[in-house]
Amino acid sequence: MTGGKRDIRVLLAKPGLDGHDVGAKIVVRALMEAGFDVIYTGLRKSPDQIVRSACDEDVNVIGLSILSGSHIPICRRIKALMEEHGLEDVLWIVGGNIPKQDHEELKKLGADAVFSVGTPLQSVVDFIRENAS
Amino acid sequence: MSSKNKADVKPVFNESDIEIKPIYAAQDVEKSGGTSGIGSPGEFPFTRGIHRLMYRKRPWTMRQYAGFGKPEETNERFRYLIANGQTGLNVAFDLPTQVGLDSDDPAAQGEVGRVGMAVDTLKDFEIAFEGIDLDEITVSLTINGAAAVLIGMYFAMARKRGYDVGKLRGTAQNDILKEFIGRGTWIFPVEPSIKLVGDTILYCAENAPLYSPVSVCGYHIRESGANPVQEMAYAFCIAKAYIDHVLDRGLGIDEFASRLSFNFDIHGNLFEQVAKFRAGRRLWAKIVKGEYKSSNPRSMWLRMIAGGGGGGLTIEQPENNIVRGAYYALISALSGTQTMALCSYDEAYTIPSEKAARISLRTMQILIEEMGLCDTVDPLAGSYYVETLTNQMEEKIRAVMDELDAQGGIVQAVAQGHIQSEISRQAFENLRKLERGEIHKVGVNCYRTEEEEQQVEFHPFREQVCAEQIKRLEGIRAKRDNTEVKRALDSVLADAKGGRNVMPAVIDAVESYASVGEVTRCLVDAYGRYDEPVRF
Repeated sequence: MTGGKRDIRVLLAKPGLDGHDVGAKIVVRALMEAGFDVIYTGLRKSPDQIVRSACDEDVNVIGLSILSGSHIPICRRIKALMEEHGLEDVLWIVGGNIPKQDHEELKKLGADAVFSVGTPLQSVVDFIRENAS
Repeated sequence: MSSKNKADVKPVFNESDIEIKPIYAAQDVEKSGGTSGIGSPGEFPFTRGIHRLMYRKRPWTMRQYAGFGKPEETNERFRYLIANGQTGLNVAFDLPTQVGLDSDDPAAQGEVGRVGMAVDTLKDFEIAFEGIDLDEITVSLTINGAAAVLIGMYFAMARKRGYDVGKLRGTAQNDILKEFIGRGTWIFPVEPSIKLVGDTILYCAENAPLYSPVSVCGYHIRESGANPVQEMAYAFCIAKAYIDHVLDRGLGIDEFASRLSFNFDIHGNLFEQVAKFRAGRRLWAKIVKGEYKSSNPRSMWLRMIAGGGGGGLTIEQPENNIVRGAYYALISALSGTQTMALCSYDEAYTIPSEKAARISLRTMQILIEEMGLCDTVDPLAGSYYVETLTNQMEEKIRAVMDELDAQGGIVQAVAQGHIQSEISRQAFENLRKLERGEIHKVGVNCYRTEEEEQQVEFHPFREQVCAEQIKRLEGIRAKRDNTEVKRALDSVLADAKGGRNVMPAVIDAVESYASVGEVTRCLVDAYGRYDEPVRF
């Protein structure tokens, strides 16, 4: 706790089988540098493992990094599990090479923001700082 | 140069942190180590190329990476590429196959046939390579974690079609150590993973002596954030780790080293890349001859595939990637690569369209047919700049290798996550430099155009692929001789547990239509699973 406000805790996860972790690790470093508590899951975590970690670690942000194109099926599953575990208040962001035409669908599923490749790191930091409770 | 003039130009450093002078002359070459290491093409230390006549005799092999959906769709793309003049195949597998899962595995859902071709059993290979002459077109399998199984399946397929495996050419990527650093399709812990690479090398040395069982990849290490010197140094350390392992198992250096090959990255400064390859070729030859006492020049050859450099391509203004691809191809040709594969311009978004794949092929064909790149060997040799840089790069690569050895070697550094951590820190710093404008990327942080329409057409993904693959797999499980499959899988498990070479049992198993997932599960039962160290 600092200044009465809870520290921002972020779970950054690599769901599915995608092994591209350069971007995820860069975001982890940027968020750590911004002063957030960051837990990085490592590769190949199932939606169940991710949501369970989010509960166990009591995070206020879940970030998913997906570059394999399977973002929609993965996020459908994540959404269902987040609801099941009462995580509706957790800020949910998705990053990776997500085509523009899929951003809306991810937002409909409940993602609070979608950050494509090329997003300035500061925008991710600012978004979390402004929206994580 | 007077001090006044000196102040006129800003200092320039390449990515490998070598200061670049505005003008080079003969004394720079002398000061950096001289000209004695240049030699002649086809002769030790092979700075100028591994063959005497290089492309004058035969242009590089053109081998675009391809594969998606079901084996039928991949077979169609293969035939399209061959019809357009491609001279080799480079197979992309979907992620479930790459990590040893069947299409019906719960963890595979959503991923079947997405980033490459789905393969469950030998049947899928039979379909994928139907109508393709495996003597005419050499096949490269981009497979690592599950490499032993897929190499076994390729041999089984070839044998079934009447080819003599003893004469079969081709390559498997099968470089597991780099998968722990970047790319991430590991399955087993580090030590048994190296043992499996060893199994494939030993098996091929005895049974498939023309097949290249390993292509050591600096490529993905560079893509993960390494600079060009580290790319070469870590790749060489990895290759040495495999060599040491195989020597420990009793083979002589010249019984297998000639079949090791390499895969390198291209993006970045043109001269730095050319010097990197010339320096790398020389250093590798010296290592194999000097440290391993090889007496066969072929063992000393740095045979390589190059041309790709996904990290250099951009999602912004994707058509610029056509231009970048053409320069990467030029660099590869100036560097004396054996095989070339370019990243297509739409690859930052999607699986390459037919059009994008064709443009990549045409890019290489234009170099061959119109630009005179095949006329003379190592055309940059003798340039004061290139020779100086070649000397300097060699020294730097050697220094990074020595430092890593002094710290306990690459295997330990990978197992503990030190290399991963160091490289990801560099990737972060590089992005920060890009964001601050200290390095320039056209269309990204300079020469931007506002909100251009995305010009790339997305490769359609057929959701039904998964159901169709599962149906085929279930059909095969019902039809095959399951007593034989069980016996074969028991042998895989027994050989793995007993520390024996698993390749013969794996080949038997896939030949009886055991699936990739079934064979991999036996290996996991024996070796366990890798637990990724997370370090920042």
